[in-house]
Amino acid sequence: MSARAFDAEARGGRVGAGLRGGQRLLRRIVQDPMGLLGLTLALLVVVTGLFADGLVLYDPLKIDVPNRLADPTLAHPLGTDQLGRDVLSRVIKGSQIALLVGISATALAMLGGLSLGLLAGYGPRWLDNILLLLFDAIYSFPIVMLALAVITLLGPSLATVMLVIVVGYVPVYARLVRTSTLGVKNSEFILAERSLGARPLRILVRHILPNVVGPLFIIASMDIPVVITIEAGLSFLGLGVRPPAPSWGRILNDGYSFIRETPWIVIGGGLPLIVTTLGFTFLGEALRDTLDPKLRRTI
Amino acid sequence: MLIYTVQRVGLAALICIVAMTILFSLVYVIPGDPASIALGPRATAAMKEALRQRMGLDQPLVVQLLYFFGNVLAGDLGLDVWTNRSVTTIVGEALPYTAALAATGLGWAVALGIPLGCYSAIRRNTPIDKLTGVISIGAISMPSFVVAIYSLLIFAVALKWLPAIGAGERGDLVDQLRHLVLPAFAIGLGWVGYLARLVRASMLEVMGENHVRTARAFGLPERTIVFRYALRIAVLPTVTLLGIAIGGLLSGAVFAEIVFNRPGLGQLVYGAAATRNYPVVMGTVLVTVLLFVVCTMIADLTVALLDPRVRKSL
Amino acid sequence: MDASADPVLSIRDLSIDFVTPRGPVRALRRVDLDVPRGGIVGVVGESGSGKTTLILAAMRLLPGNAEVRGGAVLFDGDDVLRMDAKRLRGLRGRRMAMVFQDPMTSLNPVLSVGTQMVDIQYRDRDRGRPAKRRRAADMLRRVGIPDPEQRLDNYPHEFSGGMRQRIAIAMALLDNPDLLIADEPTTALDVTMEAQIIHLLRELRRDFRGSILFVSHNLGLVAELCDFVVVLYAGEVVERGTVRDIFHRPRHPYTEALLVCDPARLDTVRRELPTIPGDVPDLVHPAPGCIFADRCAKAFDRCRVEAPTLTAIGDGHAASCHLVGP
Repeated sequence: MSARAFDAEARGGRVGAGLRGGQRLLRRIVQDPMGLLGLTLALLVVVTGLFADGLVLYDPLKIDVPNRLADPTLAHPLGTDQLGRDVLSRVIKGSQIALLVGISATALAMLGGLSLGLLAGYGPRWLDNILLLLFDAIYSFPIVMLALAVITLLGPSLATVMLVIVVGYVPVYARLVRTSTLGVKNSEFILAERSLGARPLRILVRHILPNVVGPLFIIASMDIPVVITIEAGLSFLGLGVRPPAPSWGRILNDGYSFIRETPWIVIGGGLPLIVTTLGFTFLGEALRDTLDPKLRRTI
Repeated sequence: MLIYTVQRVGLAALICIVAMTILFSLVYVIPGDPASIALGPRATAAMKEALRQRMGLDQPLVVQLLYFFGNVLAGDLGLDVWTNRSVTTIVGEALPYTAALAATGLGWAVALGIPLGCYSAIRRNTPIDKLTGVISIGAISMPSFVVAIYSLLIFAVALKWLPAIGAGERGDLVDQLRHLVLPAFAIGLGWVGYLARLVRASMLEVMGENHVRTARAFGLPERTIVFRYALRIAVLPTVTLLGIAIGGLLSGAVFAEIVFNRPGLGQLVYGAAATRNYPVVMGTVLVTVLLFVVCTMIADLTVALLDPRVRKSL
Repeated sequence: MDASADPVLSIRDLSIDFVTPRGPVRALRRVDLDVPRGGIVGVVGESGSGKTTLILAAMRLLPGNAEVRGGAVLFDGDDVLRMDAKRLRGLRGRRMAMVFQDPMTSLNPVLSVGTQMVDIQYRDRDRGRPAKRRRAADMLRRVGIPDPEQRLDNYPHEFSGGMRQRIAIAMALLDNPDLLIADEPTTALDVTMEAQIIHLLRELRRDFRGSILFVSHNLGLVAELCDFVVVLYAGEVVERGTVRDIFHRPRHPYTEALLVCDPARLDTVRRELPTIPGDVPDLVHPAPGCIFADRCAKAFDRCRVEAPTLTAIGDGHAASCHLVGP
């Protein structure tokens, strides 16, 4: 849900990350039961996605019409869909698509947001104002509506969906980076560098960038499940991956058409989405608890 | 306050202008003949010609843009490609259904989420607080369309307690309410979680601040402290969130309307997208964008009304 | 202290721990302190000495993880720590009032000053709102806020730090409490504002008949304002007496060291400021013996083994040190 954006700005200001701190962080997250659960679930999804091709029992695309809409059996733990394909295998393969979309769309949005945010924060005031207006304007499109508008023109495909997600998230991250940049820009060590005659680009890359990337990274990684969900939603509407690719949303679409015949397809399609979001949300919560102790639920 | 209001309204207007420009220019960003792109492969040459005439595609871009703004301000959102009906009318017919759905969805989320968050903050670390926390996270973690499908599966298909399709008989309020239950539940569930957690976190933060301690030091009753002194500040981020919520609600409404086959903006734009009925798509998206800008503006103004510190700067 | 008159506030043998993940932190131990009627008592100590815990305890405003391990806080004979909540609320703001350390955060930012000053008069059922506003405006005038009727409608962020502190004092003295507790009221202000606030307090002192409990780490202020002084170190009272006793005839090594290290009292030019060597002790696992032993220049064997008790030196003057008494 895009309400995360406003939350992201508030969070970004209070977070800073370092590599050595990362190890300590990991230990503390594992100690928190919620964090441990989140980490486990998230890892489960990631590992499944990485090794999907090896984990599937059947070819996810293999059609077997006589065996269609079968109930779960030992051979097919989640049954088969309307073309006789093994649902579980499709779900496992779907994690690959989810991971691909989640990570690449988020990464691209981060890149775009980073560049524009730095520009807005460090550049001239008039540019900042224009960019802000642009960010706010794009942000005022509900993501699904934006997707539908673009897809009407470009036709449905995974690439279009990713384009929409990137375009939708760049303003969110750009704002975050802008706020961080503004915060760092006026700190004393930057003023010191400037008084020594350092060129703006050098200041940006060597000093501002490292300070700004940390919060962005953390916020963006917590958005991965949201991005996955958006792609799934659009695929569910038939606007994303083209069949027969087994995106979780696509599986839900198939299952929805046959919901009165068998519930197992929608269960198969929805469960991994829930697990992914739950896992990353718990993980994100544990992260926030560790890094921002004021909100800890301790004594 | 007045200056701030004027500034904020001006900003909203500017955002609308930029957003409309973006929407307008979508057709032109894609290489090729705008009319073909807008209408898709099934359009006849005559339809394309008609659209070209209407949109004045032979005119310079700036002129077209101005025509566009002029039309929108006059309430003219174009004509449906297939039926030639006014898009404004079509959208106007669909809007009340979506409005009812969004309002109900957000309504129950607010009615449950805010008190839950408050209670959790006051009784922090008790079993109720921890349980609420877990449930909140669980609620947030379920994508609204998955909730929609599962509640359809459980309550409509399996248990048959509630209707699966449509908005109910016109004029029959009870029937319409029955048809609202599952969709509103689906789109509101995530927001219950968000609101509960946000209110809890805000309340805890505010209750720990020095001015609350001062209020206690003067012997003010606990009720006054919680509601008049603490909640008034803690509710501010929630108000902002509610303004933004409209965006998420409209996105969620698309799914809910399709899963439950309800009429509304979502169903409308989805159907139009499928038939390459671009004017309808554009008109609906435009309306949702305007709704978003207006809602966030109202939220910001409300915050400024409640928090005098905000009024100082924009 | 003057034992014949009964004190308005009498802290007896108070011990308070804070519960933390590392274990209980011993914030206060067996603290005895009396505030005589009409007197001004200063509590002196460095950061972490427990001064703030002490006065928060006086009004039972301690945070949730504080636990009282023993002792009592008697306000006019009644134990604040054990009375029922309703009674306590009746006392707060009316018979005892507090001025806090940080004027920037101690007032509610979204309510006008007038609203807050009227709210604290909630017990007064006889007066209507306009009358309460007038009382508030009068009080603001007395503390030196110009144009008070207009300024009642202003919000705290529209005042400077010094003015906010004046407002806090006005609120505290509104009902003429028997005891005013001031927690380092000038620490967050610059020197000019500090002087003004102290000047204000002394002026109000003439009309205000109550007692004052004044906490500070600034020895000069305490010397200027107070009649009696209590020196706190690591949660324990190490010495107490009149201002003369403490500043002219200190007997506890910590008090002596504090006076030596006070920058305002230096009479020779030197490169380095004198400090007390060592660190504040670990209050989770305190060492046996005297709490000041590991930083004390005069410590001997007995100090590290046996904790000293408060021993009388003269009239009202007492110190907790093996060098004093038997």
